[in-house]
Parts: sequence; C-alpha cells; structure tokens
Amino acid sequence: MNKSSNNKRSSGLPKVIVMTGYGINCEEETKFVFEKAGAIAEIVHVNDLIDGRKKLKDYQIMAFPGGFSYADDTGSGNAYANKMSNNVWDQVSKFVTQDKLVIGICNGCQIIANLGLVPGFDGEYGERLIALKHNTSARYECRWVNLKSTSEKCVWTKGIDVLRCPVSHGEGNFYMEDKVLKKLNKGDQVVFRYVDDKGKPANGKFPINPNGAVEDIAAVCDPTGRVLAIMPHSERNWNFYNQDNWPLVKERAERDGIALPNEGQGMKLFRNAVEYFN
Amino acid sequence: MPHRIEVGSRVADTRALVRKKHFPQMKDVFLVDVYTIDKEFSGENLKKIGSALANPVTQYFSVDKACKVPSFDWAVEIGFAPGVTDNIGHTTKEIIQDLLKVKFKYQEAVYTSQVRFIKGKLTREQARAIGESLANPLIQRIYVKSAAEYKMEIVVPRVKLAHVPSVELVDLDVSDEELQKIGKAGIANEDGTRRGPLALDLDSMKVIKNYFDKAGRKPTDMELESLAQTWSEHCKHTIFAASMDEIKDGIYQYYIKRATNEVRKKKGKKDFCVSVFKDNSGGIIFDDKWLVTDKVETHNSPSALDPFGGSITGIVGVNRDSIGFGKGAKPIANRYGFCFADPNDEDPIYKGANNTQKMLSPKRIMNGVIDGVNSGGNCSGIPTPQGFMYFDKRYKGKPLVFVGTVGLIPKRVCGGPSWEKEAQPGDKIVVIGGRVGLDGIHGATFSSEAMDSGSPSTAVQIGDPITQKKLSDAIVKEARDMCLYTSITDNGAGGLSCSVAEMAKECGGCFVNLDDVPLKYPGLDPWQIWISESQERMTLAVPPKHLKAFVDLMERRGVETTIIGDFNDSGKCEVIYHGKKIMDIDLGFLHDGLPEKSLTTVYTKVKHAEPTKKAPADLTKVLHDMMARQNTASFDFVSHQFDHVVQAQTIVGPLHGKGRVNGRASVIAPVLSSEKGVVLSQGLNPKYSDIDTYHMAASAIDTAIRNAVSVGADVDNLALLDNFCWCSSDDRERLGQLKEAAKACYEYGTAYETPFVSGKDSMFNDFKGYDSKGNKVLISVPPTLLVSSFGVAPDYKKCVTLDAKFAGDLVYIVGDTADETGGSEYFDYLGFIGNKIPHVDSKKAVKIYRAMREAMKKDLVASCESVSLGGLGVSLARVAIAGQLGLNIDMKMKQSAESALFSESQSRFVVTINPKKKAAFEKSFKGLPVTLVGKVNKDDKFSIKINGKPVVKTDVKTLDKFYRVTFKNY
Repeated sequence: MNKSSNNKRSSGLPKVIVMTGYGINCEEETKFVFEKAGAIAEIVHVNDLIDGRKKLKDYQIMAFPGGFSYADDTGSGNAYANKMSNNVWDQVSKFVTQDKLVIGICNGCQIIANLGLVPGFDGEYGERLIALKHNTSARYECRWVNLKSTSEKCVWTKGIDVLRCPVSHGEGNFYMEDKVLKKLNKGDQVVFRYVDDKGKPANGKFPINPNGAVEDIAAVCDPTGRVLAIMPHSERNWNFYNQDNWPLVKERAERDGIALPNEGQGMKLFRNAVEYFN
Repeated sequence: MPHRIEVGSRVADTRALVRKKHFPQMKDVFLVDVYTIDKEFSGENLKKIGSALANPVTQYFSVDKACKVPSFDWAVEIGFAPGVTDNIGHTTKEIIQDLLKVKFKYQEAVYTSQVRFIKGKLTREQARAIGESLANPLIQRIYVKSAAEYKMEIVVPRVKLAHVPSVELVDLDVSDEELQKIGKAGIANEDGTRRGPLALDLDSMKVIKNYFDKAGRKPTDMELESLAQTWSEHCKHTIFAASMDEIKDGIYQYYIKRATNEVRKKKGKKDFCVSVFKDNSGGIIFDDKWLVTDKVETHNSPSALDPFGGSITGIVGVNRDSIGFGKGAKPIANRYGFCFADPNDEDPIYKGANNTQKMLSPKRIMNGVIDGVNSGGNCSGIPTPQGFMYFDKRYKGKPLVFVGTVGLIPKRVCGGPSWEKEAQPGDKIVVIGGRVGLDGIHGATFSSEAMDSGSPSTAVQIGDPITQKKLSDAIVKEARDMCLYTSITDNGAGGLSCSVAEMAKECGGCFVNLDDVPLKYPGLDPWQIWISESQERMTLAVPPKHLKAFVDLMERRGVETTIIGDFNDSGKCEVIYHGKKIMDIDLGFLHDGLPEKSLTTVYTKVKHAEPTKKAPADLTKVLHDMMARQNTASFDFVSHQFDHVVQAQTIVGPLHGKGRVNGRASVIAPVLSSEKGVVLSQGLNPKYSDIDTYHMAASAIDTAIRNAVSVGADVDNLALLDNFCWCSSDDRERLGQLKEAAKACYEYGTAYETPFVSGKDSMFNDFKGYDSKGNKVLISVPPTLLVSSFGVAPDYKKCVTLDAKFAGDLVYIVGDTADETGGSEYFDYLGFIGNKIPHVDSKKAVKIYRAMREAMKKDLVASCESVSLGGLGVSLARVAIAGQLGLNIDMKMKQSAESALFSESQSRFVVTINPKKKAAFEKSFKGLPVTLVGKVNKDDKFSIKINGKPVVKTDVKTLDKFYRVTFKNY
C-alpha cells in the first residue's frame, strides 16, 4: 500500500461518511462514537451519494452501520450492496485502494462482504468470497459476547486483547470455502474470534459462539488491515454503563476501591481509527 | 409472459433444517427460494437478475426451469395469497429496477414463494401438516405434491377484482329491526350478503337516519361506513365516554382524566406532563431540551386470526403513534405484553358449527405473535428492552397482544412547541407510505365486536417495517426539522376516514379527491378506499409553499407521496370520486353526533372456596414447581430474539445478572450525551379480577410503580398508561367490574401522584364458537388491566439490578407480608382461587418508594427485586439465580410457612446490601418495615427457615433448572 498517498490527511481530524438509507438503523450511534473519538462524522443517505450531492473523495473513513437494509430480503446486505455496486462502484473501489479506512458493522459487515471489500485478496476488491449465513439457531440472536483479538495488522484493533460487546443479528454465520479460510488465516486477516469469559475459544459452542461461524470468526479485514468487517456491535459498548454486567463491576470496583472505566471497551476501535490519521 | 427464478442453496440452510426437530419423519429438507416475475425480460436480463438474487458463495439459480435439487419424496410450496403484502417481492422489484434501470408498470410485480423438498416416508397428510405448520391458509397458498406429481409451474397471485367500483345509496327508511341489522351485520349487497359489521347500535342508526332526513337525501354507503368508523368503540371509546350509573360524564372523564388533572395541579411547578390524552401518545419532560412520549396499543383480534401479521402490524402500528406525536417523535423503545392460553393445550376450538373454521392453537398463536414483534421491532431498529408473557386458559379465544412505543422529541421544533400541530386552511392533504388495498377493512369496527364466524378475514394484514422505516427516517430525522408541514397523524384504525377527519378538526374542514389515492390493485369501492387500514401510511398537512421541497425529499428517500386534497374551513368533510360528491357531512356531526350512551351496572362479588387440602409437606418441591410455572418461568428466549441494545442506549436490559433472570423493569438513556435515563415497567394481575377488580387495578398500579422503583425510578417522576382489555362489555356485571377498576385508577393514581398520560381500551375480548365436541362455547378473557409506567431517572449511574452481587452481603425484605394468597400463583397451582386478595396501602408504599430512591442515590443498595407473582419464595430464588449465589434465609413470620413464602402482598422488595452499609441502609428506612432476613452464601446452597424452622433446602443449580425448564425448547 502506498503510504505516501496524498489522499491521506497527515494531520487534523478525519472526516467520516456514515452511510444510511433503506433500513440501516445504527447511523446515529455510529456517528456519535466517531465524534466522541474526535472525528468529524456525517450521516449520508446512499441516494445522496448516487445522485452526486455527496462524494466519497471528501472523506477519509467510510462506515457502514448496522441495521436491516431492505429487511434482509434476498439475503442480508445483498440489496444494499447491489445498489452501491450498480451506482457508485467506481468511487467505492477507488476509496478502498487509497490509504483510507472502511468499517462495516453487523448489517454493514454483511454489506461489505457482499461488495467484496473483504477479503480483497491481493488488493482485488469486488469479488464475493465470504457469506454470512443464517445463525445455526435459525433465529435472531441478541446477546453479549467476548471477542479475542487475533490480527496483528488490523488498524482498527491495535492494543485490544479481549472486547465484550453484543451481537444482534439473524445472519452472522461467517462461511467461506476452505481455501479462502486458509488464505485469510495465512494473511492475518481474521480480526476477532468468539471466546468464553475466561478467554478460551468457543469451538463453535452456542451461545459463546452465537451463530455457528466457522472457526468462531466474528470479524475479518482486508490484506491491508484498513477495511474491517465485524458482526458484533462494538459501538454498543461505547459507554461503561451499556455493558450488561456493569452493576456487578461497579459494586466490585467500589469495594476494592478502584476507579471505574470512563468509557466502554468498544470505543477503542474508533479511537484507533482517528489515531491512524494523526 | 411471467418468469420464474429459483434459488437453491449449495450449503446446509438452517432455515430448512430447523423444522426437522418438529417433524421427526423428515429425513432431509432442501429449501428453494422462488421469485415469480410478472413482467417481460430477455433471457440475458433474467440471468443478470438471477445473479443479483443469489449469493455466489452459497447459492445457485435457474431461470424458467426447475433448479437442481437432491432426490425427495414431497414438495411443499408456500406463497402468499393474492393481495397479501409480499415484502420480499417488493424488495426484489426494487433490486431489478435499480439493476436494469427499468420501471415496473402498475400491476407488474414480483411474487415470492418457497419450496421445501422433503425426503422421508410421509403420508400426504403428514406432508400437508408440515406445510400448515409453516403457513397460514388465511393469507398463504400451500401446494403439496409428491415427487411423481411435482413439476415446476408459474403461478401469478395477482389480485383480480372482477368488480366495477360503485357508490350505493343506503335506504334508512326501514324498520327498526332492519336498521339494527344494518348496524350489526353491515350494509346489504345485491346478493343479500352483508358487508360486515358497522358496529352501530339502533340509537346511533336512528340519529344518522334523522341527520340525512334533514338533509333530504339518502346517505351513500361511504358516508355510513365513514360514520361507523369515526363512532366506533375503537375510535371513540363509547363505553368509557358513556354515562354510567351516577357518573354522568363517564368513567374516563370522572376517574382517569380527573386523576391526571388533580395530580398535575397538586404537583404545580413540579408537573412534568406536557401532552396528555389528546395526541397519538402522551408526552412528559425528559430535560430542558427533550420530551419523551409513550403509547401502548393492543392488537388482539387480528393476532388471533394471523398471529404474525397481527402482532407485526401492531408493533409497527404503535411506532406510528410516536411518529405521529406532535410534529413527530423518534421511536426509541418498544415494549410488549403477551397474554396467551397454555401453549400445551391442543384441544381445538372452532368459529363455525360442526368443526368448521378451526382456530389456531395457543402454541401457534404464541410463536406467531413472538415472531411478528421480533420482525417488526428488529427491522425497525427500535430496541425492545421491556415486556412480559402471562398465561391463563381464558386467553384461548382471543390472546391479548399489548405493544407499546416510547418516543423522543425536542421540546422545540422550528421555533415552536414540538407537541403542538395545526393544519391550516389551504394546506394540502398529503399521504405518504404504502398503497391502499383491501387490508383491514372493518378493522376498527371488527375489533369492537366479539369474535364470531362473521369476523372478516380481511382484518388480517402484514406490516412492512422497511417501508415504514424509510418514512419514519424521512419525517423525524429530516422533514420535521426542515419545517415542511404543519400537522401529521397516523393512518391507523379507520384509515383515511379517521386520519383526515381528525386533522380537519384542526382547521375546520377538508376536501378530498378519492381518485388520487394510490391503490395496490384496481377494483376497490370508494368506501373501501376511504376506510382501508393498509399499513405504513401517515397523513400530513403541507403548506403549498413547502410542497415541492417536501415531495422532492420524500422521492429521494424512496417514500411514495400523494396529494389527495385540501384542508379548509368549510365546516364539512367532503369527498369526490369520479367527479361526483360522495361524502358531504358536517364535521360537527361527524365528530360529535354520536348519541350519548347511558349504561347501568351491577357488581356481584362471589365468595370462592378456600383450599381444602392441607398444606403440602415438602415446600422445597413446591418452590421448585413454582419456579417452573408459565407465569414465573424464564422467557429469556424471547428477550434474546428481540434486539434490546440497538441505539446504544441500554442501561438496564431485560435480563439481569450472570444468571440472566428476566427483570421487572428496564432503563434506557436515549440522549447519548445526557446521564438521565428513562425507566420502563409494567404491571398486570388479571387473576385478582376473579375476586375483586378494584384491588386488581390497585395491584396493577402498585406493581408497575414498584417495578420501576426497583431499578432506580423516582416515584415522584413517574407517569402511567392504562390499557383496559375487558370482555362482554354489554353485560352489566362486566361493566360493574370495569367501574370499580376505573375507580381504583383514580384513587391510587392520585394517592401515588402518578398521572395517567395515555391509554387505550379493548372492550370485547370474547370468543363465541364451538369446542371439539361441537358444544357452543363463550371464552371471555378475565378483566385485564395493563398499567405501564415510564419516567425519568435523574442519574442512570445509580440504577440497580436484581442479582445478588457478593457472598456475605445482607439480605433484607422491605415491606409487610400479610396473609394475601387469594388469586395468587400459589393458589392457582393448588387449583383454588380463594378470597384474601392483596390490598394496597398506598400511604405506606409511597414512603417506602421514596426511601428506596434515596438509598439507591447513596449507593446503599447492591441489588433490588420487586416481589411479584409467586411472592417471597419466587423472588428470593430469582435473586439467587440471577447472581448465581446461594442464600441463607431465616424469616420471622406470623402466618403459615406457605403463606409467608407465596403471599403476593404488594409494595415489597428483596434487597441485598454491602454489610459495611448496614447502619446507613437501615437508617434510610427508619420507621418503615424493613427486616434483615439473611446472607448471601459463597457457594450455591439455598435455604429458607421460617421462625427458625427449615422449610426450603435446595441449591441454585436446581432452582435454575426449574426456572428454565418450561420454555426450554422454544
């Protein structure tokens, strides 16, 4: 990757484009966490990108929030990905090859997998090699999980070991052919795996692995580590008081006389992203 | 010629396999998604479409020929019936239009269906049973074919109404009994059949007759249908408005509204109410910049016929009560309350004589209703942190499906108060969202009638969350703050006939051209267009100068917009169709012409048998059984499938502690930059109605407040909503029970100073039909009052959950335990009702609630559980399971051990605290009933002594097992 690319802002606050429309529904909290992390974030309807009111080149970070674009009809993320590739693929493909950042969370993860922004082997973006199948429970699963960070190269997860945050999806079951899986592992492109609260691998065990994803995979990135496709909602643990077990942690902290964290564990991803441009 | 694209899965498809556990005979299932495209395309384009629909990693497709499938014995194809909303078909149409840059013409469409290819030795009946377990014949087509019979066919379920729309004049110059018949069964068609209930009694029919006699003309069918909608029980709440015995201005004015007025006056400067009873939701102050709103609806009758469609329409519908509050509030939370019959009850009931029109089983209704709220809430991106399930065999005829939505809106919008709206003469009448079909015709009048074989299945509809999500975002996130409209309301019951006429009140008249209303398919009569309840529609008043900007914005957001007329100050509601005036009624008559009903009531209290058997010896076993009762057991399978963390605002979710025990209340922090929280809770005790509806209502109110307080609510900053779901409300005894319940709402609402800000009632939850032996049955729900609370918690960091936190913590009981086992879960378990129902001492309770709030503010409380169904026994066990820590309890009690454990006395908590805080905690409850009863164990041993005598000895693991066994396989 050409680090000296003039598209990278060497200083100042990165501008984030937070995509919305057609049933994406986490755009407001996604904007909020990027701003809390120090970025300038703007929610943009996909149609405003398509009719040229907004241009990707004016942003450094592209975020696809969670939601239910087109109600998952014809497969989660499929219709929205179609709309992007039919109308603005040139801008998108240019954006990912520059030294910029992309994140897709939950429905956004499904969208960028269908857009082929991951795995993007050998810088070849646009090929669909990863699918998010229906959860093995064949049911929507909303529950808190523990994630083990496993990628050296991923820009978004620097300094994270384990992260607790919720999953909330019906189709989060990472699936790919063996050769794709091998190449992902070999390329250090598996970013998070589901583990139990001791940090031990889930080995497919429900509900520690809530959807049956192959090798407990919860998130993957592209070969540059700049494009992150993550099923769990790190932004939903932006606030310590969002974490499901905060009353217990608070009570313990008070008795042991230790201070409470001043924000949720999930913020680290977004701080890393902003940090990347400073 | 239409085309058929089939998509098969190359890898195991869990959607298919999940049925196997229900049908052991199924060896294997292969699922094919079918898209039937009713539009001409070239072979090459159809290939492009196929690749846009199939995921290359996991799927493959074929065009106009059956796709390759493994060998099978039966093929079961399921598609929608004509006219039923096909959301996936709609999305597919959009995909194709965007992919090929073509437009579908009116009536060109995509229809979806699914074929399950089943391997296994099944009879045709078994194969059909599988089909019927997946589909509802009321709205879906099921084809069952053996391998030999099966061949791919292209079926286009297009609506064909071989009917020329017309307007009829209705002759009201007829005998009283004919008038009555028109009111009850509806306007007669040529063939003598009736159109379905107007639900207008003889008095109302006579008033209408006189009105048109004066006008010197016959009413059109449309005028009659329109009046029926506006005057329906569902819209006008005629029973709550009627004079009742000595209460001339009706129980709504006299008990509910008066309570709110008095409380607001009493609170003076501290009054937090902003908009009560007049809008789609009630609104209170959140902080100096924001308001929160709340509304709870019911969708009972439709959910009995099509549970999925009924409940998704309910939840998506009540979302519009938020979008329709003031200038438009953003939905920030959903809540639910489901009252079902025992899902294990498989004895069928029928609407028709000799085993015709079989009703859906309780289990089918339960699963469908849960699926509907799952889909509606999750797809809309609205969290569902709060809800409950309650079971009683009397909900077998009609389930009760409560759905509520909390909203958030800035105090000021476009320089004015956000909660005020007023259509101006000259404003355009604009409808946005879905198109109009036959959906829900007579929904309003239908739900005002008991369910019998006359119930129209057109009352069934399926909500479309994404169409509404686009509309919702375009309004509350864009158009509202661009000041593009002067008023907005929801199209719910009664469709346009109610929404337009309602808004017309604001300016004094309306003129509608019905030809401009966009239709799903041709052939609708004008009256049908006018009252159709097709979903996902809002009506707005848009000033001409903003029209272009508004229409342009909606177009860019993919929201269909139509201008159907003008608001004016003519004093009339006028409608034209094909150039002819078909409605011309004075607004005054339309809204206030309804004759005053006057009702008389009686209330005969019944004495019930007290338990005759002597108390069970082994109370450990009893406690285990009590944990596994449907009304006390874990329903976390529901909590886990309803997204409760979206919008990143959850503070206290639906499940508490390591043990994930269903909580009694939840807390959200909807303004991400603020540390204030909104507390949500509910209370409902229908079994007490068997003894006394006054105390039933008192308990429901105390339960809702107590539950809220248990997580950190401030009783002095709490508002209530009432939802009365009654039965046979033409029966004087039932009305007597209603009057007493309403009286309790006044007395306790004022005693707690908790204002009612919104409410809804559903008065005829009865089923008239036949049992499996062909005997006539009437199944009436027990008089049910759901009280929902919502309020502002000043600092969410002080909120508390119910799980025991640490070994060595002290366990307290706050509040008094009397011998109040009448109507309790325990007596029901024994098979008795009894008489000693809980009585609420509001004076003492309110002191306890204020003290609890203070103690939590000072961080003195480690955990707090509101004692509810199942009494102390169940609550202590819940605290232990949630914390995964045992308890060692010894209580001093006057009454028998069983009464001590299972009495449902109100206004009580189980609390655990840090031993270091003993003195401070006890001080904060000085002069109030608070008793130290034990300690939290370091292991999972759970034991209860009463007056030193061991009565329960078990462990958390066992309690946990019983707590989860009941809904284990759901």
